[in-house]
Amino acid sequence: MIELQDITKVYPMGKRELTVLRGITLGIEKGELVAIMGPSGSGKTTLLNLIGCLDTPTSGSYCFEGREVSRLSSSELAQIRGQKIGFIFQTFNLLSRLTALANVELGMTYVGGVDRRRALEALAKVGLSDRVGHRPIELSGGEQQRVAIARALVKNPSLILADEPTGQLDSRSGQEIISILTSLHAEQGITLLLVTHDANIAQHCQRIIHLKDGEVVAEESA
Amino acid sequence: MKKWHTFLSTVWLGLSTHKLRSFLTMLGIIIGVASVITLMSIGKGSTAQILSNIESMGANLITVSGGARFVSVGPGGAMSAGGGSTQTLTMEDAEAISQQVSYISAVAPSSSSNLQLVVGSENINSQVIGTTPEYMSVANLKLASGAFFSEQEYERGAKVAVLGSDVAETLFGSANPVGQKMRMGTIIVTVIGVLESKGTGFNSPDDAVIIPLTALQQTVALTRTAQGEKVVSSIYLTVTDKEQADYVKEQITSLLRSRHRLAASDEDDFSIRSMEEIASSLEETSRTLTLLLGAIAAISLLVGGIGVMNIMLVSVLERTREIGIRKALGAREQDIWVQFLLEAIFLTLAGGVIGAIIGWGISVIINRMGTMATLVTPDIVILAVSVAVGVGLFFGFYPAWSASRLNPIEALRSE
Repeated sequence: MIELQDITKVYPMGKRELTVLRGITLGIEKGELVAIMGPSGSGKTTLLNLIGCLDTPTSGSYCFEGREVSRLSSSELAQIRGQKIGFIFQTFNLLSRLTALANVELGMTYVGGVDRRRALEALAKVGLSDRVGHRPIELSGGEQQRVAIARALVKNPSLILADEPTGQLDSRSGQEIISILTSLHAEQGITLLLVTHDANIAQHCQRIIHLKDGEVVAEESA
Repeated sequence: MKKWHTFLSTVWLGLSTHKLRSFLTMLGIIIGVASVITLMSIGKGSTAQILSNIESMGANLITVSGGARFVSVGPGGAMSAGGGSTQTLTMEDAEAISQQVSYISAVAPSSSSNLQLVVGSENINSQVIGTTPEYMSVANLKLASGAFFSEQEYERGAKVAVLGSDVAETLFGSANPVGQKMRMGTIIVTVIGVLESKGTGFNSPDDAVIIPLTALQQTVALTRTAQGEKVVSSIYLTVTDKEQADYVKEQITSLLRSRHRLAASDEDDFSIRSMEEIASSLEETSRTLTLLLGAIAAISLLVGGIGVMNIMLVSVLERTREIGIRKALGAREQDIWVQFLLEAIFLTLAGGVIGAIIGWGISVIINRMGTMATLVTPDIVILAVSVAVGVGLFFGFYPAWSASRLNPIEALRSE
């Protein structure tokens, strides 16, 4: 489903240039559960952003579901993000002014329109049926992350990208989030790619990709 | 439909989060629109009043004044200051006009002087117009009581006077002036009538006294020309058909030029104006004034617009993260752009509508107070509100554009 071919990413930093990714070649099949690990600054998040069509590579080719996307316009990328990809962030990124339900509905706003019934279903899947009217500030961190998962899930994406989803949670909530994600993968066959520091979490995955200084240094399969 | 509903609820969310701030931003637009409407309604109101005054004086009136280039005027003459330093018009000219020019129904030569009027202890200076009985119909005058002087009274130089309503009130108070005597310059005249008030507007006869020209000659010596003709300051006449006003003017011009023995190279020593010309030039002036008032008020609208831009820029900065989230969820650049532009337009549209209602209210109140006439017409309301929305579009454009151009990754990273 995902084919990365010799991907590089260079950021201009004033007069100098900062090379974050150096020739990454990588394939991910439909229905896989993959972890990306590596120290800070190894380019994990940049890679995830590229795969999530939030950014385009400096060079190399990226095929998403058989379509070359590395040279698409920003609005074509937005369309792919909206229809195919669900994001889960370390900092949840919910809109604080909206209720849990409205935050989930936001996931459908730019793709086909809001369907309240589906939003409620998604919240039920993450076990928050009794919290639909609460604002993020009235929810615990784990609950907020579950709202974010529901938001990613509500449009039936073919790929979910999670950037350190448990990074700001205590271990018990983190465990809950991981079990929700793995069960989604097991039950619905969603392709799941997660970036993590935590080896315990990575163990739940079928494949672990180790990054260092912008290069893939090792791959292990469970 | 559904999409618009989503858009509108997004916009409402953006604005309702900072209610006070949104209201204050709107206030700039409200004040701008309200002042545009109020000031323009004052301008429109005075235009309408001037026109109705002129209408009440008779739209078919033509004025011939002695001397080239007169200042402006009509019967009853509040504004008749300038006119005729060289006194060239005569009674005989008036006679000739009434006999030789077609399409006219009445001709009234007149002269006026400022004379002292005394009744008991009351003592005022007033404009006294000496004229012929035709003046009443020519100037479209109406009597409140008594009568206008007749042809016979004119012929024998009867010392009778018809008073403007203000003069009557000043001299006689609530008493009926008809039949009373008063001193006018060196003669004693009997009041035979009082005119209906025409209001304090342009060219009102309320402050004047009208007497037979033959009576005026008994207290003020009339100048005579070298040929011995009696000089008058103006000749008023009514055309029977407005369409023929230009033709009538041409006839009078050639008649007077030949009577005054002007060579082809000489300029006219008189001037002719139809009421319609005066009306259109006054209307033009008044329209310019209205526009000027509107332009001054529009400056506050501009300031309000800058306020909108300021707030929108702050709002974009504050909501950078929200923009990043929306982009990650699939919002395209134009979705973000439309969202912020709609917010700006909503602010200015709502401000415009509220401002229009307030401006309308203020002009109604001003009208009720009676010091100034105001007139709110749909065109100024539509103009003001659409200018407000235009301001929103213009000043919302850049903030919305800069929001749409944000890089989603950087936006998501911002605090």
